[in-house]
Order: sequence, then C-alpha cells, then structure tokens
Amino acid sequence: MTSSITPAAPEGGRPIAPSMNVQPPKQRRRPRMLSITGLIGLAIVGFWLVMAVAGPSVAPHPANALVSDDSFGPMSSAFPLGSDYLGRDILSRILHGAPYTIGVALAGTVCACLLGTVLGLTGAAAGTGGKAGHWVDEVLSRAMDALISIPNKLFALIMVASFGSSVPLLILTAALAYMPGSYRIVRSLAVNVMTLDFIQAARARGEGMAYIIFIEVLPNMFRPALTDFGMRFVYVVLLLAAMSFLGLGVQPPDADWGSLVRENILALGEGAPAVLAPAVAIATLTIGVTLLIDSLGGRGKREKDGV
Amino acid sequence: MNQIVKVSGLRVAARNAQGDDVTIVHGADFALEKGEVLALIGESGSGKTTIALSLLGYARKGCHIVGGSVQIGDVDVLKLSPEALARLRGRTVSYIAQSAAAAFNPSKTIMDQVIESALIHKTMSRREAEAKAVGLFRELALPDPEGIGSRYPHQVSGGQLQRLMAAMALITDPALVVLDEPTTALDVTTQIEVLLAFKKVVRERGTTAVYVSHDLAVVAQMADRIVVLQNGQIQEVGRTEQILSAPTHPYTRSLLAAMDPAARTASAGRTAQERDDVILSVRDLEVRFGNGKAGGGKVVLQDINLDIRRGATVGVIGESGSGKTTLARAIAGMVAPSAGQVLLDGKALSPTLEGRTRDEFRRVQYVFQNADTALNPQHTIEAILSRPLKFYHGMSGERRKKRVAELLELVRLPTSIAKRRPGELSGGQKQRINLARALAAEPELLLCDEVTSALDTVVGAAILELMAELRRELNVSYMFISHDLGTVRSICDEIVVLYAGRKVEVRQREAQNAPPFHPYSHLLGTSIPLLRPGWLEEVTGHTAVALPSLAAGLGSQPGLCPFIDRCPQRVDGLCNTTPPPLRQLDGGGSILCHRSEEELVRAQGALKLVTGEAA
Amino acid sequence: MNSTLARLVVKRLGSGALTLLIVSLVVFTITALLPGDAAQALLGQEATPETVAALRAQFGLDQPAYFRYFQWLGGLLIGDPGTSLANGMAVADLIGGRLPNTLKLAAIAALVAVPLALTIGILSAMFRGSLFDRTMNTAAVAAVSVPEFLIASLAVLLFAVHLQWLPALSHVSEINSFSDFLRAYTMPVLTLCCGLVAQMARMTRAAVIDQLSSPYVEMAMLKGARPIRVVLTHALPNAVGPIANAVALSLSYLLGGVIIVESIFHYPGIATLMLDAVATRDMPLVQACAMLFCLGYMMLVLVADVSAIVSNPRLRK
Repeated sequence: MTSSITPAAPEGGRPIAPSMNVQPPKQRRRPRMLSITGLIGLAIVGFWLVMAVAGPSVAPHPANALVSDDSFGPMSSAFPLGSDYLGRDILSRILHGAPYTIGVALAGTVCACLLGTVLGLTGAAAGTGGKAGHWVDEVLSRAMDALISIPNKLFALIMVASFGSSVPLLILTAALAYMPGSYRIVRSLAVNVMTLDFIQAARARGEGMAYIIFIEVLPNMFRPALTDFGMRFVYVVLLLAAMSFLGLGVQPPDADWGSLVRENILALGEGAPAVLAPAVAIATLTIGVTLLIDSLGGRGKREKDGV
Repeated sequence: MNQIVKVSGLRVAARNAQGDDVTIVHGADFALEKGEVLALIGESGSGKTTIALSLLGYARKGCHIVGGSVQIGDVDVLKLSPEALARLRGRTVSYIAQSAAAAFNPSKTIMDQVIESALIHKTMSRREAEAKAVGLFRELALPDPEGIGSRYPHQVSGGQLQRLMAAMALITDPALVVLDEPTTALDVTTQIEVLLAFKKVVRERGTTAVYVSHDLAVVAQMADRIVVLQNGQIQEVGRTEQILSAPTHPYTRSLLAAMDPAARTASAGRTAQERDDVILSVRDLEVRFGNGKAGGGKVVLQDINLDIRRGATVGVIGESGSGKTTLARAIAGMVAPSAGQVLLDGKALSPTLEGRTRDEFRRVQYVFQNADTALNPQHTIEAILSRPLKFYHGMSGERRKKRVAELLELVRLPTSIAKRRPGELSGGQKQRINLARALAAEPELLLCDEVTSALDTVVGAAILELMAELRRELNVSYMFISHDLGTVRSICDEIVVLYAGRKVEVRQREAQNAPPFHPYSHLLGTSIPLLRPGWLEEVTGHTAVALPSLAAGLGSQPGLCPFIDRCPQRVDGLCNTTPPPLRQLDGGGSILCHRSEEELVRAQGALKLVTGEAA
Repeated sequence: MNSTLARLVVKRLGSGALTLLIVSLVVFTITALLPGDAAQALLGQEATPETVAALRAQFGLDQPAYFRYFQWLGGLLIGDPGTSLANGMAVADLIGGRLPNTLKLAAIAALVAVPLALTIGILSAMFRGSLFDRTMNTAAVAAVSVPEFLIASLAVLLFAVHLQWLPALSHVSEINSFSDFLRAYTMPVLTLCCGLVAQMARMTRAAVIDQLSSPYVEMAMLKGARPIRVVLTHALPNAVGPIANAVALSLSYLLGGVIIVESIFHYPGIATLMLDAVATRDMPLVQACAMLFCLGYMMLVLVADVSAIVSNPRLRK
C-alpha cells in the first residue's frame, strides 16, 4: 500500500475527496538544507553575533581615541572605513558600537518574546477553560489590543520623554513595545494548534494543561515562533537605531550605530564613509536576519495579518 | 457511433517534496464514443482526477503532463497553445468540480457564474444565456428556477450548488463534460437527488461525460463503461455490468469485496448479545451550543437515552449536523451537556473533563475520525503509544517498550514503525496507530468517531475487520459513529439513528432489514446506492413523492418531530401540532413517530441490504 | 447596508473607542504619573519646598491622579490640551500650526504609494515566480529591513550631493511654483514611499495569491477564462477586503516614517514639534502629540477592519 494522504473530513460528514489525488507520499524528514540566500544570511548573522561579543577587543583603536588628523577622512589602509568628525576611526567605533546595537536589541527582543509567549500561552490556555478563563483571555487580549495601537516609535518617544534615555530604559521600551505583537502571534499559533484533534485527544485522555501546553502544543509552534523572534529582532534594531539617530537612544560617550550616523550626518554633504558605513552596518544586520528567516519559511501568516 | 475522445499513452508527473519528478499516471489509454458516460474509478492517489483534468489540458500546480495524447474530435488537446486551450475549456470540454461550495466564487451571483463560459466563448447573448440557464435550472429540479440565479453561493444548499454547477457546465452544450466526484461531499439523502438530476440531464441531452468517483455503487448508476485505476495505472476497462458481475482484475475484485458489508458480518463476533450488563448509559441528555444559560443557545442534542452493554457495538448514524459527534464528545466530557447525565457502570460521570478521575478517563477512550490530525506530528509513534501507558498504568523503561511492540502487533503493524513520525505513515497506518493509542489505555468502551470515513474503501474495510477482531480478543464495547449506514450495519449490534439532534430510531441487528422504519431511516436506507445498474431508477418512486401538505407552519416549535419538513408520511393536524410518541417495537427497539407500526410497514418495503445480484 | 453588517460595524467602532480610552490611560500613566513630580524636576534640587508647592498648585499636581486624568481627557475632548511648559503657548495653537504640513506630507506620500504598491502587488501575484516578481520581492525585503535614515541619506547623497538637483533640506515655507513644490517634497516623499510601497505591495501580493489558489479560480480557468479575466473579475473582488486591510495597515507605517523623515529634512510638521517637546520634556505637548498620532493610527486600523467587514460577500443579503 502506498501512502495515501487524505485531507480532513468536515465535522461528522463525508470526506471532501482529496483535492490533490497526486500528492506524493510524504518522505522521511531530511536535515533541511538552507538555500544560498539563507546561508548568506546565516553567515552575516553569525559574524555580527561574534562581533557583538568580540568587537571591542578586535577593534584596532579605542572607541574614543582621536587617531586621525583628518575629519571625515576617506577610506584608507590605516582607516578602512575613514574617520569621523573628530578624527576617530570609524571601523573601531562600529566594532565598539556592536555590543550596543546588537546586545540591547537582543535583550529587548528576548524580553518582548518571553513576555509575549508566556502571556500568549496563558491567554490561549485560559481561553479554552471555563468562564473565568475566558475572562482572563478577554482582558489580556483587550489590553494588548490597546498597547499595539500605540505606534512603536511614538511609544519610545513618550518613554524617553518621561524617564530620560538609558540602556535599561531602551531595553524595557523595546520589550514593552514589541511584546503585544509577540503575544498576538503566540496566542493565535497556540489557539490554532489547540483546535487540532491531537490536543482534543490529549484532553479526552485527561491530561493536564501543563502537559498539553509544553509537550503537545509548544513543539508544533517552535518554527513560526522562531521566525517571529527574528522579525521582531529586526524591528527592534530599526527602532533603536532610529531613536539613536534622533539623539534619544544610547547617550554619549557610548555610541551605537544609530548614534554614529547622527554624529556624522554632516559628512553627507561630502559623501564621506563616516555616515554611510554605520548605516550600512545596520542594513547588513537586518537584511542578514531577514534572509535567514525567509529561507526558513513561515512568513506567510505574518504578511496576511500585517503584524 | 463515432469516437470523440481518445486518450493514448498519457503520462503525468508530479514534483515531490525533494524536488524530483515522480510519474503519477503511467500511460493511460481509453476512448469515449459520442453520448457515452465513462467512469474513472479508483482510490485516492490513483490518478483519476489527474487524468480527468488532462482532458481539459490542465494539470494542477506541481504536476505536468509529460507524454501521450488526448484527442478530442480532431485536435490533440496537449498540443494546443494556451490561447487555444482557453478556447477549448468551458466550450468543448467543461468541468464539474467536487466541492461546489468552494468552486463557486463567493462574491459573484450564481447567474453570473453559470453563464460566464457562454459569455467568454461568445456562444450567445447574455439574454439568451440567462434564459437557457433558467431552463437548465428547471431541468435539474432546482427550486425557484427564475430567482435562484440572483442569489449568492452562500445562500443556497450544497446539493443545490452541485446541481447549479451542472447547469454551469452544460450552458455551452460542450462535446464532453468531466464530473469530478460531484456528490462525494454530500449526505446520502442529498446525493440521491443530485444523482437523479444529473442522470436526467445527461440522458436527455445525450451528453458525453467522464465521471470520476471512488464509489462503485454511484458509478454503477451513472456509467456505461468503467475504467479501474490504481496508482496511476489502468487495471481494467469494461462495460459496467461486466465490471460489477465478472471483474477480471484482482484489484477490481478487492474493491468489490470491500463494498460488500456481508463479508464483515460473518467475522464479527456476536457473543455480547446474551450478556446484559450495561457499561455506559446516557440519560435524557441535552446539549446546547452558544448561550449556555437555560433556554438559550442552539439545541444540538435533545432527549437522548441509550445503553451500551459490555462487549457490544452500538452504531450511531446520522447526516452531518445531526449531533452524532457531539454525542460522543459529551460522553467523553469534552462538551458539557445542558441537561441529563452519563453513567459509567451506574455511576454518574462529571459533565466536564475537570471532575473525572484518571480511571474514568482510562475506561472510556475516544478515537478521532481523522488520524492525520489526531496524532501529534512532532511526536514519534513510540512516544504517542507510550504516553497512555505511562499516564494510566505508570509503565516505564523496558516494560513500556515491550508493551508498545505488543500494541503495534495487535493492530498488525511492524514494530519498526515505532521510531517514525505520523507524517511518514499512510492514512491506514495512522488510523491503526490512532486505534492502538486508545487500546493502550486498556479501555472498556471505545468511542469511534467516523474512523473509516477519511480512508479509502479497501483501507477502511481492513480497519473495520481489525476492529471486529479486536472486539473478540479484548471484549471491549464500541460506540461507532458514522454517516454510512452500510458500515454501521455491518459491524453493530444495535443502531441508533439521530436526526437534527433527536434519537428517531433504535434498532437491533436482527431486525435491521425489516420494516417498520422511522420515515427518516427508511429514506436513509433507500438512499444508499446499491451495486446494481438501474437501482437509481427503481428508487425514484420512493423519493420523488410530493410531500403531504400541512396547514400550519413547519417543525420549528420545540418537541415536534424534527423530520416533519421532509417526511412523506406526515399527517396534517397531528405531526405539526403534537410531539410524536416513542413507540416500542415488538422486535425490540423504538421509533419516534405518530404513525403506527402497521401504517409504517404498509408504506415501506423490506430494505435490500446486500449489494444485489451484482455481488 | 443590512442589519448584520451595521451591527458588526457599530460593534467595531465601539471597541475602537474603548481601545482609544485605554490608550489615553496608558499615555497619561507613562507621561504624567510614573515619572514623579514634574514641579520638582523642573525647579531642580535646590528649590525651596515653598516654590515647589506653589508650582505644584499652579500645575494642579496637588490634585489626585484620577482627577488630573479626567481633567486632561476632558481637555483633549474639547480641543484644549493645555499650555506648553517650554514657551507658555497653547498646545492647540502649536499643533494647529504644524498639523496641516504633516497631513499634506502624508497625503502626498499615500497618493503616490497606494496606486504604485497595488500595481506592483497585483502584477507580482499574477506573474508569481517571474523575474519581475523576484526582483520586486528582493527590493521589498531590502526596503523594509533598512532604516529610513539610510534611505534618506542615500537620497540626499544622490539627488543633492551628486546630481545637485534638489536641496538637502525641505523648504516648505518658500513654495511659489510647482518646481519649488517638487524641490521641497520629492525627497521626503520618496523616502517615505520606499518602505510604504514595499510593505503594501507584499501584503497585496499575498492577498491576491491567497485568492488565486482557491478552487473557484481553478474553476474559472477551466471555464476558459484568460488569466487577466481570472485576476480582475474573480480574484480581485474577493481580495478587496484583504487589500483594503493591507493598505490601511501599511499607511500606519507612515506614522513611524514621518518622525524620521521630518527630522532629517527639517520639515516643519507635528513630528518635529514632538521631537522638540521630547528633548525639552514639554509634557503637555508630548501627550497631545502622542494622542494625535494614536488617533491617526486607530483611524487607519478602523478603516481597515470596517472595509474588511463591508467587503465580505457572505454578509451580503
């Protein structure tokens, strides 16, 4: 007997006969090969992750050392990415900025996704429970709807206006700003999985909610959740870069890549690398992550929801 | 007679998950004469739809036609340019899809879609096309032929949509019509109406047609000749009578054997009958959906009483929406009833999952209808079977491993399968795992929800066989839910008929073919196609009678007979005013009807159960 | 419009109003309650308790929190969000002077972006997998994952520095001719449109492809309909809801983009006003601008949802 894949029958009815009679048998899983673009993405992301840790120690100069007489100097063998408005080495400043740009964004994203996942699973689990559960789910979802209605940049602005800018505040801001989106995705993923028969089977077996969530549901949403994490990281990087660019992010003497663009914006008139190099660094990071995610698949749903 | 369609050496390939091309149709050859109806029959994966679509020069996404020719008239369809193909489709060859509900565009009126091909191919003006469509609606026995065209697809029923799709296909008087499983998604009582309508227009218009189906009995009614397909290869071609009465190919014989319910009856143990100890009782059960407060919401089940004895098999039958799955879910505790109770060994079970003990869970196991979704795709077979062993019996280590192997053996699967995941198994294998997981609990009652309906006939027959054997070996009870009366009859000791959430009939196996029947059960019994050409014409008399008129409004008031809207036996002034009594029958069982036993017997002949002389 | 439809729309409007109320509560909590004593912060550590108390009384900070919230909310509702702490002008006047500029910028960007994005999205869906589709997809991925200021910088580099066609800043106060208009708006609009078009085109493409894979589209092809007809008469009417949704949701992207764009090109709009207010911690102005942005966002989302409800064929009678 060859494998026959028969699609779900409607509740209590006859099966809607297979729409694809020709579907080949599903094969044993193979280690999935990344596409070429995916490998490029992986290489870029890997490189920057290493730089986020090792960047400051491999940088040729200290971040704030005035090493060149030339302000907005061109690319040269001594200063591969030129020098900034004070004559500091741009390459070194980018490498010293990497922990800020990547580290702060990563911390913010992890917090956002952890919070969003915990609350999203709570909402989904509560939603299947009794009256009180429905109530919990309703309140959570309502609150998240309100939070998501505050545009992220705006939220960051009012946070900075109220509390002043600092690294912990930026992490907190990113976490709060992107948590509702994560909540929505996780909740909808979990709710979708929870309607499947194998969850009903577990419930009918008498399993507790913890077993159902952790053993039955979570493994089935790992991949889309990972994709979501990547996308959210890109958004956080862009948000933090924008804040620094506006002078409201990481504060001097520390500098992330957005700050580097801001402090060298005058170089734009001369077309010097000082302003473009850090902006391009941000772009490589975000595009690298995007390429990696795209090759893993699972973006379809996001695009439909436009989250 | 002249040949108008000739398919030779047709080969179709599909791209699989690894990106390799796999041939799925291996050199098909057949021909049709003008006015002939040819059936393509086979199970899922046999390539029948793929071949049918290639008659329109069309291959679904991921598939492509790699060789052979499809001659329609003088043209080779496979050599046509995209423009010429567009001129052919809908004009020379037209298509009736398997799910009309999905194949109609939800945002356009029915009339616009029915006459679209006439307008595309400019065969007539819009006025003429609309007039012709109304004529076709009338021929297809559609209600309100003048007005139905201005509605939207979601406003008409599935059976009507399927007939509207036939009008859509016939509007240009094509040389060939391809019908792709056109009644598969319908309930049997609807299917028979649609088949009658199709047969009438095909006969009257002398249409040449290719009819794709997995159901030999349906094909027996519609086709002049049959092509039997398996795995993309033609096994046998012959006249319908010959295929049904004297099949030459072993595969055809196995298909016919799987259709024959008598074969399983012999193997099903019947020892349970004698013992009278009831394992599970349902008392006055009522379920409402929506507003949970008393009196609110939609009543899904009402006044349900039934007993399941140890080792017995109770069949629950009804069409989609009758509440049969809800009944099983209420017993399992997944749906909280609004009234009544479920007793296990005389002890009331908690209405919800929360209040039940682990042992109560263990004793009643639920087997879901669709093994594709009932098994967690991320878990291995071993993990899936181990969980109930650990959960209910605290087994671990080697002992558990050994038990998993035993379970696999019990459902006749190789032990090597334990390391795989559900996605790597076939539909039948998955259903066996599904069953094994329930058996791992060592239950006393299995609630089996449409366990064979998502499977091919032969695979489903094997599962039924297995269940019958397991019942003898393990002495478990089954509650067997199905929409398929043939299946239920072949395996059950007692049959409960649900209609619109009410129990309209209970019948013992001994009395299953003899009247009196509840009028709905009778309709159901007479609607199942038999494996005998000409059956459709014979039953026409039963179904086409005009309903007796009623003075007052139809059965929406609570308590009245739920079947009153469709009942040919209804009595004005009685059925529409008074709730029907539950009549106890002499031969055991009961019927919810105003009509007396004698009246019903007089109106109903004995049901022909077995497939007739063809088998 | 039938009653089911009307009920759904009214319900959606109601939940929108409730959400806006919660948003106002969040904004007020963050900006006015959590940061502590604004009077103390304004006067510094050396201020005497008397002067602080006087200032608190002047700001109304001696009132309970809920009272201040309702006072503020009431002010917003009647169009009086208070006075600026920085220069003592009425916030309403400050905003009134800048709002038309921002609306104009957003409107021009939307007018350019929507038709462009819909065309690209529908064409990519029709020719899925073609070179055009793949190019557009790559460009879109790049455009949404790159910071706006990089796009703006590149635009300046190209048009102002290398080609010298346009000035690096946007001088909206000196518009006397169409060429002045072009000189002032081309780069801000271009920058805004990049991300906007990319986002919208991707969502449109997804919406149309979703419809193109449905059985009724296959049916239309098997009736002999050509691809153009299939897309225009079968897929698009069903994609209207999702597309309207995509457009409205993408337009909310404008709100974020406008903040950066106005700042780079020194465009005198609401966003630059708010940035100044954030820098000087002029809270009444920050709050008012924040609520204005949230209102704009909510209205766009509302339009998206309502158009999805209205275009659902199953709700037709």
